[in-house]
Amino acid sequence: MQQRIQQSGQAWRRWKNHLATGTAVLGTLVVVAPLLAIFAYLIYKGASSLNWAFFTKVPKPVGEIGGGMENAIVGSGVLLTVASLIGIPIGIAAGVYLAEFGRKRLLSNLVRFTADVLNGVPSIVMGIAVYSLIVVPQQHFSAFSGGVALGIMMIPTVTRTTEEMLLLVPHAVREAALGLGVPNWRSTVSITLRTASAGIITGCMLAFARVAGETAPLLFTAFGNDDKSLALNQPIAALPLQIFVYAVSPYNDWHRLAWAGSLVLIFLIVISVSLVRYVTSRGVLKGAS
Amino acid sequence: MGVGIEVKDLNAWYGSTHTLRDIHLNIPANHATALIGPSGCGKSTFVRCLNRMHETNPIARVTGTVKIGDLDIYNDVSPVVIRRRIGMVFQRPNPFPTMSIYDNVASGLRLNGFRNRQALDEIVERSLRRAALWDEVKDDLRRKSGASISGGQQQRLCIARALAVDPEVLLMDEPASALDPISTAKIEDLIFHLKSEYTIVIVTHNMQQAARVAEKTGFFLNGQLVEFDATTKIFTNPSDKRTEDYITGRFG
Repeated sequence: MQQRIQQSGQAWRRWKNHLATGTAVLGTLVVVAPLLAIFAYLIYKGASSLNWAFFTKVPKPVGEIGGGMENAIVGSGVLLTVASLIGIPIGIAAGVYLAEFGRKRLLSNLVRFTADVLNGVPSIVMGIAVYSLIVVPQQHFSAFSGGVALGIMMIPTVTRTTEEMLLLVPHAVREAALGLGVPNWRSTVSITLRTASAGIITGCMLAFARVAGETAPLLFTAFGNDDKSLALNQPIAALPLQIFVYAVSPYNDWHRLAWAGSLVLIFLIVISVSLVRYVTSRGVLKGAS
Repeated sequence: MGVGIEVKDLNAWYGSTHTLRDIHLNIPANHATALIGPSGCGKSTFVRCLNRMHETNPIARVTGTVKIGDLDIYNDVSPVVIRRRIGMVFQRPNPFPTMSIYDNVASGLRLNGFRNRQALDEIVERSLRRAALWDEVKDDLRRKSGASISGGQQQRLCIARALAVDPEVLLMDEPASALDPISTAKIEDLIFHLKSEYTIVIVTHNMQQAARVAEKTGFFLNGQLVEFDATTKIFTNPSDKRTEDYITGRFG
């Protein structure tokens, strides 16, 4: 009798186990499916228009066959470099302030609140703000203003993840550094930030990937440019911008280029994120947590 | 070489809690001194006052004088300088998790601007040998993280890290309380050997441990130093009734 009870209990337990595992697997599939679908569709639509010229030629006038998006690929590179140079240092510095030096101060609550609100500001509003602050006084569109708009958009994500990651560093690690006679600032830079670096880099990459696909803030800052340009004080092309313009155009040829551009944009994001991960993880040791 | 520590009128607070009251104490150079007492009696706070770690807590406050050798640590120098001369080993092993074993030991010197590689190699080896860890880790110095070795090894790594900056005093706050008996024996062995070169202050809950490693023992209770004497005297013939109650286990 008792054995039978045990057996039936065991069967029920197994069944519950399968149910829970099944639910988790199903959830995973639901999460992964849209991403794979997008990738597959992009490759299906865009791969046929990809060729060497796409990466090495600037757009041709309407009606002429061929041409590429070199201007937009280079432009996105320039814009994202400027954005990262602005967004990452400021974001990390603010995160360090929040986690290490400004706990429970009025200013830090203000900074935290501002960062959260900034995170929710629609990107088009960011574009208008930078337009009126930089483009209007300078009286011309520029790569710099576009980079600033994207950089500001990166700040809240970087700040909040930096703060969260620093707070995860155990107090004992900070004490160990202070106990060795390491000055506070040095301990923050070389010990706390270093211990939290993996998480902070993930945060930076998230922010980077997010603004890499932004179109709205660039409409009236970077503006777009049909020629390749590296100048910060000139209008510059960007992949999302170019895709937008080509996708809403009435020409089939441009539609195909827009698909190819989307494919390239996604791949460039994936490649740059993986590259950063690879480079920053090379120094990682066996068993490091 | 170690130096003696002279404590006068030491009082310490956490917020409004008065955790140390009028402590007077002379800790002899080149000996091991044990501090015992029930949890919350102030012994940890006391050792943290000796290297000014107490004040890293924003609500903490301290008054009185502490002299390390001739140096009045609360008036003559910055806390950073003092902590280089007084090493500390904490209750739980706290190696830097993202650093290799080598980098952990070298961290104290490197973070203070020391760059001579050859000298660093020698100091790292010497410190690890002194901490009796060298033979166990010498093949993985740069390959393994400080967090990947066992708890007992981690604690000896932390001791090596503290020794690498060449302190005169070594403060140990229950260094073996998170370790198994074999690792504990190794740490005690180490203390026994190190005390010829350093002044050692060890906080412990384990009275046998105090008896084994220390020449002098202090008994703390409710923030006061009840008795401070030779270890054999404390454990065989204490002068204070409260000390006797505590060491015989009659204490409530």
